[in-house]
Amino acid sequence: MIETFLNLDILRAAWPVLLHGLGITLLLSAMTIPLGLGAGLGLALLSTVRTRWVRWPLIAYVDLFRAFPPLVLLILLYAGLPFAGIEMGGFGCVAVGFFLNTGAYYGEVLRAGIESVPAGHSEAARATGLSRLQTLIWVVLPQAIRNVAPDLLSNTLEVVKLTSLASVVAIPELLFQSRQAQALTYNPTPLVAASVIYFVVLWPLVRLLSRLEHRAIAGRR
Amino acid sequence: MIQARAIHKHFGALHVLRGVDLAVAERELVFVIGPSGSGKSTLLRCLNRLEEPSSGSIVIDGIDLLDKRTDINRVRQRIGMVFQSFNLYPHMTALGNVTLAVRKVGGKSRAEADAIGLAALERVGLADRADHHPAQLSGGQQQRVAIARAVALEPRVMLFDEPTSALDPELVGGVLKVMRELRESGMTMVVVSHEMGFARSAADRVIFMADGAIVEQGTPEAVFGAPVEARTRAFIGQIQRHA
Repeated sequence: MIETFLNLDILRAAWPVLLHGLGITLLLSAMTIPLGLGAGLGLALLSTVRTRWVRWPLIAYVDLFRAFPPLVLLILLYAGLPFAGIEMGGFGCVAVGFFLNTGAYYGEVLRAGIESVPAGHSEAARATGLSRLQTLIWVVLPQAIRNVAPDLLSNTLEVVKLTSLASVVAIPELLFQSRQAQALTYNPTPLVAASVIYFVVLWPLVRLLSRLEHRAIAGRR
Repeated sequence: MIQARAIHKHFGALHVLRGVDLAVAERELVFVIGPSGSGKSTLLRCLNRLEEPSSGSIVIDGIDLLDKRTDINRVRQRIGMVFQSFNLYPHMTALGNVTLAVRKVGGKSRAEADAIGLAALERVGLADRADHHPAQLSGGQQQRVAIARAVALEPRVMLFDEPTSALDPELVGGVLKVMRELRESGMTMVVVSHEMGFARSAADRVIFMADGAIVEQGTPEAVFGAPVEARTRAFIGQIQRHA
């Protein structure tokens, strides 16, 4: 049993490959999280515009990409778009796909945050002569982000986990590398190791999330 | 100081202000009373364009407020506003609240703004609370910080929208004291409130509003003591019974 699932020789051989995969996973996260946050912030700010010409396309966009499975989106970009003459490569597809998908989620979280800030605070700021943008930057967003910090972090956790989808577009991230190693060695040890690595990397974030959530509940009094 | 003419305000089908004329002289304290829904808060909010009047004209300190070319953010620095619910920024200290606009709109450096902010907090008796966050302050203290936030911009006019209505009774006095001192320093003020005692001792003129119009106005003695209109009499009778 241990020979099969936790074969130390295989682990030793696969270790550098897995570490390289972890590096790519972290790199993907470092790329997709800012992309998603940026897109989300843009969407959230647009949602404060009350004209229907902004509102309806925005609702359509968010609905579409929240209903669209990210795996399907990724494969569509990777395997479908080349037929239209658009080839973005694996990294390009992940960047665009995550921008579209996680942007919609971050957008909803940040929108909820912005809406949680009492209108009176903005009014007070505007009454002192702050512009709309200054009010947003100095009064609304700091409170909004603090109010939804647990949701932002929870979404970020999801994004890191979702980077494993990049394996289907042949990006050598952690899951892809462990699959390769498994195929080469005919042994599941690399997969087990990858699972453990995912857990070890993400668990501190999960703990932090729990603490934030408890604090948020305590803060509500 | 303030010349507002024929102000109308519609909220959809609701006609909340029906042609209000209001002139306020420099250093005058005008006190506005009226039942809820009479449009007094809306009138006040039109005076710094937090509400856009549907029609009419407003000139404050020689500046046409409704002119499209007017930089409203500049003008608003001259018009301080204090709200019923304080509306302090909870993520900033008292000093941070007071200095934000001084820095971002007034263009002062942090050091200059801090000096101005501390002076403003000193005026409301809270310099020792400069580093406290709003959650660590009582309602009365929060409202005094809110007054300091407006005062720090050296406004020409101060608007008060029911500044003591959200306060526990024992905290009202401190806020009224600060308002009285402001008045004595020569500030032009428009106050929407139910604090009759304050009106009697500090107001130059009392305005009674109902159904979006000014029904009656005059000195506090005249309006409270011998109201001419039946509606004014009824309203004043009501609040005095509860006071």
